[in-house]
Amino acid sequence: MAADGHDHSPIKQFEIKELVPIDLFGIDASLTNSGAYMLVGLGLIFGFLYFSTGGRSLVPTRLQSISELIYEFVANTVRENVGPKGMQFFPLVFSLFMFVLVVNLLGMIPIPGITFTVTSHIAVTAALALLVISIVIIYGLYKHGLGFFGLFVPSGVPAVLLPILVPIEIISFISRPISLSVRLFANMLAGHIALKIFAGFVGLLLGAGFWALLAPLPLALTVALTALEVLVAVLQAYVFAVLTCIYLNDAVHGAH
Amino acid sequence: MDPEAAKYIGAGIACLGMAGAGIGLGTLFGQFLSGALRNPSAADGQRGTLLLGFALTEALGIFSLLIALLLLFAV
Repeated sequence: MAADGHDHSPIKQFEIKELVPIDLFGIDASLTNSGAYMLVGLGLIFGFLYFSTGGRSLVPTRLQSISELIYEFVANTVRENVGPKGMQFFPLVFSLFMFVLVVNLLGMIPIPGITFTVTSHIAVTAALALLVISIVIIYGLYKHGLGFFGLFVPSGVPAVLLPILVPIEIISFISRPISLSVRLFANMLAGHIALKIFAGFVGLLLGAGFWALLAPLPLALTVALTALEVLVAVLQAYVFAVLTCIYLNDAVHGAH
Repeated sequence: MDPEAAKYIGAGIACLGMAGAGIGLGTLFGQFLSGALRNPSAADGQRGTLLLGFALTEALGIFSLLIALLLLFAV
């Protein structure tokens, strides 16, 4: 196992490979398989939305009704969590939701040696989370000025408790981008590793003589796990969008 | 202690954190079910909240699994 273990290592699938080396003034800006998967995802989103909404018929075609469903779904999420004022952030939330969703689902399509999940790298999810939290901070300061920091002072609390509560609120605010990025990244990483490990059991059992009879068991479990992972891929995109809305709510409406 | 052995023991201990996620998921779905059986007409509207809670709770269990996996493969 140790000798050939490297080839079947469950974390081999997260390796970043250089496809087209590009050197921008000393900065390594090469096109990697991660970047290529992002571009494919963007192409799919753009192509789907462009062609499905191109007709703009009153009675929607099948494709058009799918994109209308997604639009309404995200628009309702924004309206419920941020309110009508938050609709100016709808493009941001919609882009984030679509990007995370498509990239998660693309990672679920097994192509030997190629398949790659962009969101299983913390660099990608941390960049998305930092984008969200920077927008929250910048827009909050722009809208409410220094009153934005009233967010850290819970209202209706005795002044004696404030020295304890304010640091807690600040820590909870700072931990938001961390939990937002780690949640998505860890879910994708752990899910794909679990899939790979259970799929590896099939191979191990097949090579174990009599016990090969048991090989269908982990195979069935892999199928079930794949279904769960598709659910998780969609759910995590939704959770990312909802949490973005909840954080934006603080920026739009300020302290309560 | 052999560092390699400590790594595996640590990974095993880290997986205990998933018990918390198990308790949380049990509470989540149990409470939802008892609420839904009392008032079935209101249950449909809360399915989104249920799934959101599921994802948030499950993520916490995944965090401890992540620590275990990091110990096994990355450290």
